[in-house]
Amino acid sequence: MPLALDDPVPAFTLPDTDGQPVPLTGDDATATVVVFTCNHCPYALAWHDRINDVARDYADRGVRLLQVNPNDAARHPRDSLDAMRARVARGEFAGPYLHDESQGVARAYGAQTTPDVFVVGPDGRLAYRGAPDADHGDPTLGAEWLRDALDDVLAGRPVRRPETRPVGCSVKWRP
Amino acid sequence: MSRPGVELLYWDGCPSHPEALAELRAALADLGRDDVEVAVRRVEDDGQARAEGFVGSPTIRVDGADAFPPDPAEPPALTCRIYRLADGRYSPTPDPAALRASLARLLSAR
Repeated sequence: MPLALDDPVPAFTLPDTDGQPVPLTGDDATATVVVFTCNHCPYALAWHDRINDVARDYADRGVRLLQVNPNDAARHPRDSLDAMRARVARGEFAGPYLHDESQGVARAYGAQTTPDVFVVGPDGRLAYRGAPDADHGDPTLGAEWLRDALDDVLAGRPVRRPETRPVGCSVKWRP
Repeated sequence: MSRPGVELLYWDGCPSHPEALAELRAALADLGRDDVEVAVRRVEDDGQARAEGFVGSPTIRVDGADAFPPDPAEPPALTCRIYRLADGRYSPTPDPAALRASLARLLSAR
């Protein structure tokens, strides 16, 4: 059953690139963003800085942003844990970069693409799902759909645009 | 002289091929080569990717020569290809000016 808007989202704990377990929820998160992403996809790379700017810009408002790599690294070596570690070591991530090796979290969320963005409200329900903004090729958009969703969640009002079409490379499922 | 064989190879798991095809046709038009037909071919599985030396979608070739030759170590794969725009940004499609330049070179070399 695909995850629908306002559904309670599945809880999870995944390892970061140091192997440390990171849970979905934080003690005092006002909202949580889960972004399925990866290393090898040009769409994920094109949106990467915009997404990480959101992590930095909303951190002091209690927003937690988790980036999750669900891809099958056996067939796509650029998505290996070592490659994830290298990117983290280069300082490319503003928050945890998590490894969904079993792909169980991506399946539970119904992730389709990298990137695929899910915003979870303080009630643990899905408040937004889709793309960061309307155009991977236009950095000036600044992940505005994601920012709008967070602004609405933080203000306690309905999200103005709760669902958009995720755009990117297909999640690389295991055969 | 025969017409050049311009091909766009793509994989369905990557949504960039309609944009790539439009940009390829625009580049040919800019070069005054509207007469060149583009063969659009879908790569369907790993075996075909290996047989074709397909390193990602989209791949543009002129008479078999890649418009953006990949690293020889790049393995064939059903994946999206990473391009860089002139300003360094990542893109799922080639930089339009670089595509025009590459096509001009490959077409003039025939």
